[in-house]
Amino acid sequence: MRDLLNDKLAEVHELLLVMSTLVEENINLAMEALLNKDFELADKVIKNDELIDSYEEKIEDLCIELIATQNPLGSDLRKIFSIQKIISDLERIGDHSENIAIIVKVIGEEGLIKPLIDIPKMADIAIDMLHSSISAYIDGNVELVIETIKKDDEVDLLYEEVYGELIELFNDNKKYKNQILSLLLIGMNLERIADHATNICERVYYIIKGERIIF
Amino acid sequence: MGNKNVLEINNLNLFYGDFQALKGIDIEIERNQVTALIGPSGCGKSTFLRTLNRMNDLIDNVKVNGNVILDDIDIYKDINLLDLRKRVGMVFQKPNPFPMSIYENVAYGPKAHGIKNKATLYKIVEENLKKAVLWDEVKDRLNKSALGLSGGQQQRLCIARALAVEPEVILMDEPTASLDPIATLKIEELINELKKKYSIIIVTHSMQQAGRISDKTAFFLMGEIIEYSKTSKLFSNPKEKKTEDYITGKFG
Repeated sequence: MRDLLNDKLAEVHELLLVMSTLVEENINLAMEALLNKDFELADKVIKNDELIDSYEEKIEDLCIELIATQNPLGSDLRKIFSIQKIISDLERIGDHSENIAIIVKVIGEEGLIKPLIDIPKMADIAIDMLHSSISAYIDGNVELVIETIKKDDEVDLLYEEVYGELIELFNDNKKYKNQILSLLLIGMNLERIADHATNICERVYYIIKGERIIF
Repeated sequence: MGNKNVLEINNLNLFYGDFQALKGIDIEIERNQVTALIGPSGCGKSTFLRTLNRMNDLIDNVKVNGNVILDDIDIYKDINLLDLRKRVGMVFQKPNPFPMSIYENVAYGPKAHGIKNKATLYKIVEENLKKAVLWDEVKDRLNKSALGLSGGQQQRLCIARALAVEPEVILMDEPTASLDPIATLKIEELINELKKKYSIIIVTHSMQQAGRISDKTAFFLMGEIIEYSKTSKLFSNPKEKKTEDYITGKFG
Protein backbone atom coordinates (compact mmCIF):
# COMPACT_ATOMS: atom_id res chain seq x y z
CA MET A 1 0.00 0.00 0.00
CA ARG A 2 2.71 2.42 1.08
CA ASP A 3 4.88 1.51 -1.98
CA LEU A 4 1.98 2.15 -4.34
CA LEU A 5 1.33 5.48 -2.68
CA ASN A 6 5.03 6.39 -2.79
CA ASP A 7 5.34 5.50 -6.48
CA LYS A 8 2.30 7.56 -7.40
CA LEU A 9 3.41 10.47 -5.22
CA ALA A 10 6.83 10.39 -6.90
CA GLU A 11 5.08 10.54 -10.27
CA VAL A 12 3.00 13.56 -9.17
CA HIS A 13 6.13 15.21 -7.79
CA GLU A 14 8.01 14.75 -11.07
CA LEU A 15 5.15 16.06 -13.18
CA LEU A 16 4.86 19.07 -10.90
CA LEU A 17 8.53 19.88 -11.38
CA VAL A 18 8.21 19.61 -15.16
CA MET A 19 5.12 21.82 -15.10
CA SER A 20 6.77 24.48 -12.95
CA THR A 21 9.84 24.48 -15.20
CA LEU A 22 7.66 25.01 -18.25
CA VAL A 23 5.79 27.81 -16.49
CA GLU A 24 8.97 29.55 -15.43
CA GLU A 25 10.47 29.23 -18.89
CA ASN A 26 7.32 30.64 -20.46
CA ILE A 27 7.49 33.87 -18.40
CA ASN A 28 11.11 34.23 -19.52
CA LEU A 29 10.13 33.70 -23.15
CA ALA A 30 7.23 36.17 -22.91
CA MET A 31 9.58 38.85 -21.54
CA GLU A 32 12.14 38.08 -24.21
CA ALA A 33 9.42 38.42 -26.85
CA LEU A 34 8.47 41.81 -25.36
CA LEU A 35 12.01 43.18 -25.19
CA ASN A 36 13.06 41.91 -28.64
CA LYS A 37 9.70 42.38 -30.37
CA ASP A 38 9.92 38.71 -31.31
CA PHE A 39 6.43 37.77 -32.47
CA GLU A 40 7.37 34.21 -33.35
CA LEU A 41 8.50 33.76 -29.81
CA ALA A 42 5.23 35.30 -28.61
CA ASP A 43 3.38 32.65 -30.64
CA LYS A 44 5.51 29.97 -29.06
CA VAL A 45 4.56 31.24 -25.59
CA ILE A 46 0.89 31.06 -26.52
CA LYS A 47 1.35 27.53 -27.85
CA ASN A 48 3.32 26.43 -24.77
CA ASP A 49 0.42 27.38 -22.55
CA GLU A 50 -1.60 24.50 -23.99
CA LEU A 51 1.13 22.13 -22.86
CA ILE A 52 1.10 23.68 -19.37
CA ASP A 53 -2.66 23.21 -19.17
CA SER A 54 -2.30 19.57 -20.15
CA TYR A 55 0.12 19.07 -17.25
CA GLU A 56 -2.39 20.55 -14.86
CA GLU A 57 -4.97 18.03 -16.04
CA LYS A 58 -2.55 15.11 -15.77
CA ILE A 59 -1.52 16.01 -12.22
CA GLU A 60 -5.11 16.64 -11.18
CA ASP A 61 -6.19 13.22 -12.50
CA LEU A 62 -3.36 11.52 -10.62
CA CYS A 63 -4.23 13.32 -7.38
CA ILE A 64 -7.89 12.33 -7.68
CA GLU A 65 -6.82 8.75 -8.35
CA LEU A 66 -4.60 8.85 -5.26
CA ILE A 67 -7.38 10.19 -3.07
CA ALA A 68 -9.85 7.62 -4.42
CA THR A 69 -7.60 4.59 -4.14
CA GLN A 70 -5.07 5.27 -1.40
CA ASN A 71 -7.07 7.27 1.16
CA PRO A 72 -4.12 9.48 2.01
CA LEU A 73 -3.94 10.92 5.53
CA GLY A 74 -1.62 13.15 7.55
CA SER A 75 1.25 14.70 5.59
CA ASP A 76 0.29 12.71 2.47
CA LEU A 77 -3.17 14.24 2.55
CA ARG A 78 -1.82 17.75 3.06
CA LYS A 79 0.64 17.30 0.22
CA ILE A 80 -1.89 15.97 -2.29
CA PHE A 81 -4.46 18.61 -1.38
CA SER A 82 -1.86 21.39 -1.60
CA ILE A 83 -0.46 20.16 -4.90
CA GLN A 84 -3.94 20.51 -6.37
CA LYS A 85 -3.86 24.16 -5.36
CA ILE A 86 -0.27 24.71 -6.46
CA ILE A 87 -0.97 23.46 -9.98
CA SER A 88 -3.91 25.79 -10.22
CA ASP A 89 -1.61 28.72 -9.32
CA LEU A 90 0.94 27.49 -11.86
CA GLU A 91 -1.78 27.27 -14.50
CA ARG A 92 -2.81 30.86 -13.75
CA ILE A 93 0.81 32.01 -14.02
CA GLY A 94 0.87 30.29 -17.39
CA ASP A 95 -2.19 32.30 -18.44
CA HIS A 96 -0.50 35.55 -17.39
CA SER A 97 2.53 34.72 -19.56
CA GLU A 98 0.19 33.99 -22.44
CA ASN A 99 -1.53 37.35 -21.84
CA ILE A 100 1.85 39.11 -22.00
CA ALA A 101 2.64 37.34 -25.29
CA ILE A 102 -0.71 38.43 -26.74
CA ILE A 103 -0.08 42.02 -25.61
CA VAL A 104 3.37 41.92 -27.26
CA LYS A 105 1.58 41.17 -30.54
CA VAL A 106 -0.93 43.94 -29.91
CA ILE A 107 1.86 46.51 -29.40
CA GLY A 108 3.33 45.21 -32.65
CA GLU A 109 6.13 47.01 -34.46
CA GLU A 110 5.48 50.40 -32.87
CA GLY A 111 8.61 51.69 -31.16
CA LEU A 112 8.46 51.74 -27.35
CA ILE A 113 7.60 55.08 -25.80
CA LYS A 114 10.45 54.65 -23.34
CA PRO A 115 13.12 52.10 -22.49
CA LEU A 116 11.64 49.44 -20.18
CA ILE A 117 13.41 49.30 -16.83
CA ASP A 118 11.00 48.57 -14.00
CA ILE A 119 8.86 46.08 -15.94
CA PRO A 120 11.82 43.73 -16.59
CA LYS A 121 12.80 44.21 -12.92
CA MET A 122 9.31 43.12 -11.89
CA ALA A 123 9.61 40.10 -14.17
CA ASP A 124 13.00 39.14 -12.72
CA ILE A 125 11.69 39.21 -9.15
CA ALA A 126 8.48 37.38 -10.06
CA ILE A 127 10.44 34.63 -11.84
CA ASP A 128 12.82 34.40 -8.90
CA MET A 129 9.85 34.10 -6.52
CA LEU A 130 8.32 31.30 -8.56
CA HIS A 131 11.65 29.50 -8.73
CA SER A 132 12.19 29.83 -4.97
CA SER A 133 8.66 28.71 -4.14
CA ILE A 134 9.26 25.46 -6.01
CA SER A 135 12.73 25.04 -4.47
CA ALA A 136 11.13 25.49 -1.06
CA TYR A 137 8.62 22.78 -1.98
CA ILE A 138 11.36 20.38 -3.07
CA ASP A 139 13.53 20.97 0.00
CA GLY A 140 10.74 21.56 2.53
CA ASN A 141 12.49 24.85 3.33
CA VAL A 142 10.36 27.09 5.57
CA GLU A 143 12.93 29.92 5.70
CA LEU A 144 12.94 30.14 1.92
CA VAL A 145 9.14 30.28 1.94
CA ILE A 146 9.17 33.28 4.26
CA GLU A 147 12.00 35.03 2.42
CA THR A 148 10.19 34.57 -0.89
CA ILE A 149 6.84 35.84 0.33
CA LYS A 150 8.53 39.08 1.46
CA LYS A 151 9.65 39.75 -2.11
CA ASP A 152 6.04 40.22 -3.17
CA ASP A 153 6.20 43.70 -1.58
CA GLU A 154 9.07 44.65 -3.90
CA VAL A 155 6.99 43.66 -6.92
CA ASP A 156 4.00 45.62 -5.62
CA LEU A 157 6.16 48.72 -5.09
CA LEU A 158 7.63 48.48 -8.58
CA TYR A 159 4.14 48.07 -10.01
CA GLU A 160 3.01 51.23 -8.23
CA GLU A 161 5.93 53.09 -9.77
CA VAL A 162 5.28 51.68 -13.24
CA TYR A 163 1.62 52.57 -12.86
CA GLY A 164 2.33 56.16 -11.78
CA GLU A 165 4.83 56.69 -14.54
CA LEU A 166 2.59 55.26 -17.27
CA ILE A 167 -0.45 57.24 -16.14
CA GLU A 168 1.63 60.41 -16.35
CA LEU A 169 2.79 59.50 -19.85
CA PHE A 170 -0.77 58.59 -20.79
CA ASN A 171 -1.97 62.15 -20.20
CA ASP A 172 0.73 63.70 -22.34
CA ASN A 173 1.03 61.25 -25.25
CA LYS A 174 -2.17 60.74 -27.18
CA LYS A 175 -0.37 58.83 -29.92
CA TYR A 176 0.89 56.14 -27.56
CA LYS A 177 -2.31 55.67 -25.57
CA ASN A 178 -2.82 52.06 -26.69
CA GLN A 179 0.78 51.12 -26.04
CA ILE A 180 0.72 52.69 -22.60
CA LEU A 181 -2.39 50.73 -21.69
CA SER A 182 -0.71 47.58 -23.01
CA LEU A 183 2.36 48.19 -20.87
CA LEU A 184 0.13 48.78 -17.86
CA LEU A 185 -1.54 45.43 -18.50
CA ILE A 186 1.86 43.74 -18.70
CA GLY A 187 2.75 45.27 -15.33
CA MET A 188 -0.52 44.02 -13.93
CA ASN A 189 0.08 40.50 -15.26
CA LEU A 190 3.54 40.44 -13.68
CA GLU A 191 2.14 41.65 -10.39
CA ARG A 192 -0.39 38.81 -10.50
CA ILE A 193 2.36 36.28 -11.26
CA ALA A 194 4.14 37.36 -8.07
CA ASP A 195 0.83 36.96 -6.17
CA HIS A 196 0.45 33.39 -7.43
CA ALA A 197 4.06 32.62 -6.48
CA THR A 198 3.16 33.92 -3.00
CA ASN A 199 0.15 31.59 -2.96
CA ILE A 200 2.42 28.67 -3.82
CA CYS A 201 4.69 29.63 -0.92
CA GLU A 202 1.69 29.62 1.42
CA ARG A 203 0.70 26.11 0.23
CA VAL A 204 4.27 24.90 0.73
CA TYR A 205 4.24 26.28 4.26
CA TYR A 206 1.02 24.36 4.93
CA ILE A 207 2.51 21.13 3.57
CA ILE A 208 5.52 21.48 5.85
CA LYS A 209 3.93 22.86 9.01
CA GLY A 210 0.33 21.67 8.82
CA GLU A 211 -0.95 25.17 9.54
CA ARG A 212 -1.53 28.36 7.63
CA ILE A 213 1.20 30.97 7.62
CA ILE A 214 0.43 34.05 9.71
CA PHE A 215 2.16 37.35 9.06
CA MET B 1 -24.49 14.57 35.32
CA GLY B 2 -24.34 18.00 33.86
CA ASN B 3 -20.66 17.88 33.19
CA LYS B 4 -19.24 17.71 29.71
CA ASN B 5 -17.46 14.40 30.17
CA VAL B 6 -19.40 11.18 30.53
CA LEU B 7 -16.27 9.22 31.40
CA GLU B 8 -13.00 10.26 32.99
CA ILE B 9 -10.23 7.74 33.10
CA ASN B 10 -7.23 8.41 35.31
CA ASN B 11 -3.97 6.50 35.32
CA LEU B 12 -5.58 3.24 34.25
CA ASN B 13 -3.27 0.22 34.16
CA LEU B 14 -4.20 -3.29 33.17
CA PHE B 15 -2.10 -6.44 33.46
CA TYR B 16 -2.64 -9.85 31.92
CA GLY B 17 -0.49 -11.75 34.40
CA ASP B 18 2.92 -10.06 34.09
CA PHE B 19 2.14 -8.41 30.79
CA GLN B 20 1.05 -4.82 31.07
CA ALA B 21 -1.54 -4.24 28.32
CA LEU B 22 -2.57 -0.69 29.35
CA LYS B 23 -0.10 1.83 30.69
CA GLY B 24 -1.24 4.88 32.58
CA ILE B 25 -4.23 5.72 30.42
CA ASP B 26 -5.62 9.22 31.03
CA ILE B 27 -8.52 10.22 28.85
CA GLU B 28 -11.78 12.13 29.09
CA ILE B 29 -14.71 10.98 26.97
CA GLU B 30 -17.20 13.68 26.07
CA ARG B 31 -20.92 13.21 26.37
CA ASN B 32 -22.97 12.85 23.16
CA GLN B 33 -19.90 12.49 21.03
CA VAL B 34 -18.48 9.62 19.04
CA THR B 35 -14.99 8.75 20.22
CA ALA B 36 -12.93 6.45 18.01
CA LEU B 37 -10.08 4.30 19.25
CA ILE B 38 -7.52 3.35 16.61
CA GLY B 39 -4.16 1.64 16.57
CA PRO B 40 -2.44 -1.51 15.31
CA SER B 41 -3.47 -4.97 16.48
CA GLY B 42 -2.41 -5.62 20.05
CA CYS B 43 -2.12 -1.93 20.93
CA GLY B 44 -4.66 -2.20 23.75
CA LYS B 45 -7.62 -0.38 22.22
CA SER B 46 -10.08 -3.27 22.61
CA THR B 47 -8.71 -4.08 26.05
CA PHE B 48 -9.29 -0.45 27.00
CA LEU B 49 -12.83 -0.51 25.60
CA ARG B 50 -13.59 -3.58 27.69
CA THR B 51 -12.35 -1.92 30.86
CA LEU B 52 -15.17 0.61 30.48
CA ASN B 53 -17.85 -1.93 31.36
CA ARG B 54 -15.57 -4.35 33.18
CA MET B 55 -15.69 -7.07 30.57
CA ASN B 56 -12.09 -7.90 31.48
CA ASP B 57 -13.27 -9.07 34.90
CA LEU B 58 -14.23 -12.34 33.23
CA ILE B 59 -10.66 -13.08 32.21
CA ASP B 60 -8.42 -14.94 34.65
CA ASN B 61 -5.28 -13.25 35.82
CA VAL B 62 -6.35 -9.73 34.91
CA LYS B 63 -5.43 -6.93 37.29
CA VAL B 64 -6.74 -3.41 36.85
CA ASN B 65 -5.81 -0.29 38.77
CA GLY B 66 -6.57 3.37 38.29
CA ASN B 67 -9.96 5.07 38.05
CA VAL B 68 -12.77 4.87 35.54
CA ILE B 69 -15.27 7.51 36.56
CA LEU B 70 -18.72 7.31 34.96
CA ASP B 71 -20.43 10.58 35.84
CA ASP B 72 -19.42 10.61 39.53
CA ILE B 73 -19.12 6.90 40.06
CA ASP B 74 -15.93 4.87 40.08
CA ILE B 75 -17.05 1.82 38.13
CA TYR B 76 -14.49 -0.44 39.80
CA LYS B 77 -15.63 0.53 43.29
CA ASP B 78 -19.06 2.05 43.58
CA ILE B 79 -21.43 0.08 41.36
CA ASN B 80 -22.54 -3.51 40.83
CA LEU B 81 -21.96 -5.17 37.47
CA LEU B 82 -25.62 -5.44 36.49
CA ASP B 83 -26.16 -1.70 36.98
CA LEU B 84 -22.92 -0.86 35.23
CA ARG B 85 -23.77 -2.95 32.17
CA LYS B 86 -27.18 -1.28 32.04
CA ARG B 87 -25.52 2.11 31.84
CA VAL B 88 -22.68 1.07 29.58
CA GLY B 89 -23.86 -1.19 26.75
CA MET B 90 -21.74 -3.05 24.28
CA VAL B 91 -21.90 -4.12 20.65
CA PHE B 92 -19.38 -6.62 19.38
CA GLN B 93 -17.51 -7.22 16.15
CA LYS B 94 -19.52 -10.26 15.19
CA PRO B 95 -23.27 -9.80 15.57
CA ASN B 96 -24.26 -12.05 18.46
CA PRO B 97 -28.05 -12.18 18.69
CA PHE B 98 -29.40 -14.63 21.26
CA PRO B 99 -30.83 -17.79 19.68
CA MET B 100 -34.37 -16.63 20.27
CA SER B 101 -36.93 -14.44 18.52
CA ILE B 102 -36.26 -10.90 17.36
CA TYR B 103 -38.74 -9.66 19.97
CA GLU B 104 -37.14 -11.64 22.80
CA ASN B 105 -33.69 -10.35 21.91
CA VAL B 106 -34.73 -6.77 22.53
CA ALA B 107 -37.02 -7.57 25.48
CA TYR B 108 -34.33 -9.60 27.22
CA GLY B 109 -32.53 -6.73 28.91
CA PRO B 110 -35.60 -4.85 30.16
CA LYS B 111 -37.00 -8.16 31.50
CA ALA B 112 -33.75 -8.84 33.32
CA HIS B 113 -34.12 -5.41 34.88
CA GLY B 114 -37.59 -6.29 36.15
CA ILE B 115 -40.05 -5.01 33.55
CA LYS B 116 -42.85 -7.55 33.26
CA ASN B 117 -45.82 -5.69 31.76
CA LYS B 118 -46.33 -7.01 28.24
CA ALA B 119 -47.60 -3.76 26.75
CA THR B 120 -44.64 -1.88 28.21
CA LEU B 121 -42.22 -4.47 26.88
CA TYR B 122 -43.78 -4.33 23.42
CA LYS B 123 -43.45 -0.57 23.43
CA ILE B 124 -39.80 -0.81 24.43
CA VAL B 125 -39.13 -3.36 21.68
CA GLU B 126 -40.85 -1.25 19.04
CA GLU B 127 -39.15 1.96 20.14
CA ASN B 128 -35.68 0.51 20.16
CA LEU B 129 -36.04 -1.37 16.90
CA LYS B 130 -37.09 1.97 15.43
CA LYS B 131 -34.07 3.71 16.96
CA ALA B 132 -31.85 1.05 15.42
CA VAL B 133 -33.61 1.62 12.08
CA LEU B 134 -34.64 -2.03 11.90
CA TRP B 135 -38.36 -1.81 12.71
CA ASP B 136 -39.66 -1.53 9.14
CA GLU B 137 -37.67 -4.57 8.12
CA VAL B 138 -38.76 -6.85 10.98
CA LYS B 139 -42.11 -5.60 12.28
CA ASP B 140 -43.97 -8.45 10.52
CA ARG B 141 -41.75 -11.18 11.88
CA LEU B 142 -40.99 -10.22 15.46
CA ASN B 143 -41.53 -13.78 16.62
CA LYS B 144 -39.17 -15.32 14.08
CA SER B 145 -35.66 -16.33 15.06
CA ALA B 146 -33.12 -13.51 15.10
CA LEU B 147 -30.63 -15.89 13.51
CA GLY B 148 -32.57 -15.67 10.23
CA LEU B 149 -31.66 -12.00 9.80
CA SER B 150 -28.80 -10.83 7.57
CA GLY B 151 -25.49 -9.87 9.18
CA GLY B 152 -26.26 -6.16 8.97
CA GLN B 153 -29.75 -6.66 10.39
CA GLN B 154 -28.37 -8.82 13.20
CA GLN B 155 -25.92 -6.08 14.10
CA ARG B 156 -28.69 -3.47 14.19
CA LEU B 157 -30.70 -5.88 16.34
CA CYS B 158 -27.75 -6.08 18.74
CA ILE B 159 -27.70 -2.29 18.83
CA ALA B 160 -31.46 -2.25 19.54
CA ARG B 161 -30.85 -4.79 22.30
CA ALA B 162 -28.14 -2.58 23.79
CA LEU B 163 -30.41 0.48 23.58
CA ALA B 164 -33.37 -1.27 25.22
CA VAL B 165 -31.90 -0.93 28.72
CA GLU B 166 -31.41 2.83 28.16
CA PRO B 167 -27.65 3.04 28.54
CA GLU B 168 -25.71 6.29 28.62
CA VAL B 169 -22.66 4.92 26.89
CA ILE B 170 -22.45 2.43 24.05
CA LEU B 171 -19.18 0.64 23.45
CA MET B 172 -18.67 -0.74 19.96
CA ASP B 173 -15.85 -3.11 19.13
CA GLU B 174 -15.37 -3.03 15.34
CA PRO B 175 -19.12 -3.23 14.80
CA THR B 176 -18.91 -3.27 11.01
CA ALA B 177 -15.89 -5.52 10.55
CA SER B 178 -18.02 -8.38 9.25
CA LEU B 179 -20.48 -6.29 7.24
CA ASP B 180 -20.65 -5.30 3.58
CA PRO B 181 -20.35 -1.60 2.58
CA ILE B 182 -24.11 -0.95 2.48
CA ALA B 183 -24.73 -2.55 5.88
CA THR B 184 -21.67 -0.61 7.14
CA LEU B 185 -23.11 2.64 5.87
CA LYS B 186 -26.42 1.94 7.67
CA ILE B 187 -24.61 1.30 10.95
CA GLU B 188 -22.53 4.46 10.51
CA GLU B 189 -25.63 6.55 9.83
CA LEU B 190 -27.21 4.98 12.88
CA ILE B 191 -24.21 5.86 15.03
CA ASN B 192 -24.43 9.44 13.85
CA GLU B 193 -28.11 9.51 14.82
CA LEU B 194 -27.58 7.78 18.17
CA LYS B 195 -24.97 10.24 19.40
CA LYS B 196 -27.73 12.79 20.00
CA LYS B 197 -28.86 10.66 22.95
CA TYR B 198 -25.89 8.47 23.78
CA SER B 199 -22.14 8.69 24.08
CA ILE B 200 -20.45 6.23 21.77
CA ILE B 201 -16.97 4.80 21.92
CA ILE B 202 -15.94 2.74 18.94
CA VAL B 203 -12.89 0.63 18.20
CA THR B 204 -12.23 0.49 14.49
CA HIS B 205 -9.47 -0.74 12.24
CA SER B 206 -10.69 1.52 9.47
CA MET B 207 -9.22 4.98 9.69
CA GLN B 208 -11.69 6.06 7.03
CA GLN B 209 -14.50 4.92 9.28
CA ALA B 210 -13.03 6.76 12.25
CA GLY B 211 -12.77 9.82 10.00
CA ARG B 212 -16.37 9.52 8.81
CA ILE B 213 -18.14 9.03 12.10
CA SER B 214 -16.11 10.21 15.06
CA ASP B 215 -15.69 13.60 16.70
CA LYS B 216 -12.52 12.71 18.55
CA THR B 217 -9.98 9.98 17.99
CA ALA B 218 -7.46 8.38 20.31
CA PHE B 219 -4.43 6.65 18.82
CA PHE B 220 -3.17 3.70 20.89
CA LEU B 221 0.24 2.11 20.60
CA MET B 222 1.74 -0.58 22.85
CA GLY B 223 -0.75 0.05 25.62
CA GLU B 224 -0.43 3.83 25.64
CA ILE B 225 -2.44 6.68 24.21
CA ILE B 226 -0.02 8.47 21.89
CA GLU B 227 -2.40 11.18 20.75
CA TYR B 228 -5.99 12.16 21.45
CA SER B 229 -7.57 15.04 19.57
CA LYS B 230 -10.29 16.16 17.23
CA THR B 231 -10.61 13.58 14.48
CA SER B 232 -10.16 16.09 11.66
CA LYS B 233 -6.95 17.34 13.27
CA LEU B 234 -5.57 13.89 14.01
CA PHE B 235 -6.01 12.71 10.43
CA SER B 236 -4.81 15.86 8.67
CA ASN B 237 -2.17 17.26 10.97
CA PRO B 238 -1.25 14.93 13.82
CA LYS B 239 1.01 16.34 16.50
CA GLU B 240 3.01 13.18 17.17
CA LYS B 241 5.35 11.57 14.67
CA LYS B 242 4.18 8.10 15.71
CA THR B 243 0.62 9.04 14.79
CA GLU B 244 1.73 10.45 11.44
CA ASP B 245 3.70 7.28 10.72
CA TYR B 246 0.72 5.10 11.57
CA ILE B 247 -1.96 6.98 9.64
CA THR B 248 0.25 7.30 6.56
CA GLY B 249 0.95 3.58 6.63
CA LYS B 250 4.63 3.82 7.47
CA PHE B 251 4.16 1.06 10.07
CA GLY B 252 1.41 -0.98 11.67
